[in-house]
Amino acid sequence: MLLDVENIVRMSGHAWGRSGYRIGALFFLLVLGAVALSFSSPVPSQTSPTASATQSPVPQALPTAPAQGIPQTISPAMPRAGLNVVVLDPAHGGTDPGARGTGGIRESEIVLDFAAQVRRSLEAQGFQVVQTRQGNEDPSFDDRSAIANAQSGAVFVTLHIASTGLPGTARVYVNSDLPVTTGVGGLIPWDRAQTPFQGLSRKLGDFVQGLLAQRFKGSPNTAQTAAVRQLRTTAAPAIAVEISSVVVEDRADLDRMAPGVADSIATGVAAFRPSYVVPTAAGGTP
Amino acid sequence: MTARWIRWVVGILSVSVLVGAIYFPILRRRLRLAAKLQQETAEQARRELTQAVPINSGEPRVKAKLFWASGNGDGTLLDSTVELPLLSDPVLRSKQVLNTLLAGPVDADLRTLPPDAVLLAFYLLPNGTAIADFSEALATATPSGIQSEQLAVDSITKTLEANVPKVQRLKILIHGQEVETLAGHLDLTGTFLVNANRVQAAPATSPSAGKPSAPATDKPAPTATRSTKPGSCLGREH
Repeated sequence: MLLDVENIVRMSGHAWGRSGYRIGALFFLLVLGAVALSFSSPVPSQTSPTASATQSPVPQALPTAPAQGIPQTISPAMPRAGLNVVVLDPAHGGTDPGARGTGGIRESEIVLDFAAQVRRSLEAQGFQVVQTRQGNEDPSFDDRSAIANAQSGAVFVTLHIASTGLPGTARVYVNSDLPVTTGVGGLIPWDRAQTPFQGLSRKLGDFVQGLLAQRFKGSPNTAQTAAVRQLRTTAAPAIAVEISSVVVEDRADLDRMAPGVADSIATGVAAFRPSYVVPTAAGGTP
Repeated sequence: MTARWIRWVVGILSVSVLVGAIYFPILRRRLRLAAKLQQETAEQARRELTQAVPINSGEPRVKAKLFWASGNGDGTLLDSTVELPLLSDPVLRSKQVLNTLLAGPVDADLRTLPPDAVLLAFYLLPNGTAIADFSEALATATPSGIQSEQLAVDSITKTLEANVPKVQRLKILIHGQEVETLAGHLDLTGTFLVNANRVQAAPATSPSAGKPSAPATDKPAPTATRSTKPGSCLGREH
């Protein structure tokens, strides 16, 4: 279109004479104005609302190294005598705020604060803690699992705030029963990495849930079962802890729960430690 | 260029800019409207295609068991008995009970599924695996959280289990697509066990006729009987 306009201007100068030049210039300005207007407020693109749809998972071998770009606070080569690493996962983050309360409470922000307190309690128990995110990032489910799968002898704890449930209660979830499957050479498919750890996850979950039930009245006494996506690809004893809920009017109600939640998780993991026979290789089966 | 010409040029330019300023927002609105209409038409066509057959009123009314929230806020379900003219065909029967479940109980607080969610299609494979295709609202309007998402799926699987024995597993799709999670937590990439005790024997079911059935629109008056813990029968397979 610009080439045409240049031609018109050039032609108007040579062949059309003075009046033609004026008409050409006027036309050029009109076209310029129209183009500027159309670009100043573009029509929004029609994106598919099912952009989150995923393809069927392709089984992969378990990784032996953490995903690139994921923050690590310990060296995978560090020698270990037993369970001493806890991978702590503050859920959501980035463009995914998670559950949102009417009072503006965002799950992704609160779980970061909870994670800081849980981390301190775990470190006080002598555990090394690796967080899947430190700030407002949103690693994928697989990136978060990869951090745990790269550790030898770690447990995985993902932290959530519910949008429903009795306020002031806490629930621990372990993954639903997955059929036991092993691939070629005894490798576990990536999308079923949790399978060999289900029994240990249940044990860890019951320890932590029992302690939470003592502190937060109305919480169940044993861990619940759910098909939590984050847990499925984690090759370690893995639990999800969900606090109720973002519907509280005052965020301080949730903040007051943080020390109790942190202590219950740390004490529960410490109680679980003797039960866990640490695999010899990262991502190995117990 | 004389002053008169300059005035003309400035005048014409001003009018052109004014016309452009009025015309382009109108054009943009028309484009948006056209895109929206296109989406709605596709959605409507899909619904008409999948759910247009009326229920035969001559069918005897039987007691269907539907699962809604118990109202305790503890993530438990309560089964309610509702009289429905249930059809014998497992696909049509499944559509009837799921549409009644989506219609919700009398007490809206006991809902487990969003009011805007629609069952777009339901299929039953010969091996007992059912595929339920819900509209986007199921994913976007279900409260985000493990407990709330679990409650939504539990209410579907338990309702199918109680009323359609041939369904053994359930795969949930959102608008025809497999999605990773329901609302950020619950895994939808696998299938959920529905009649767990029947899965062991795995009797082959005849291929479904796939005829659509009309949605049940009456809001039933539930009679609560007992509560069910979440996830008690919710195994899953990949």
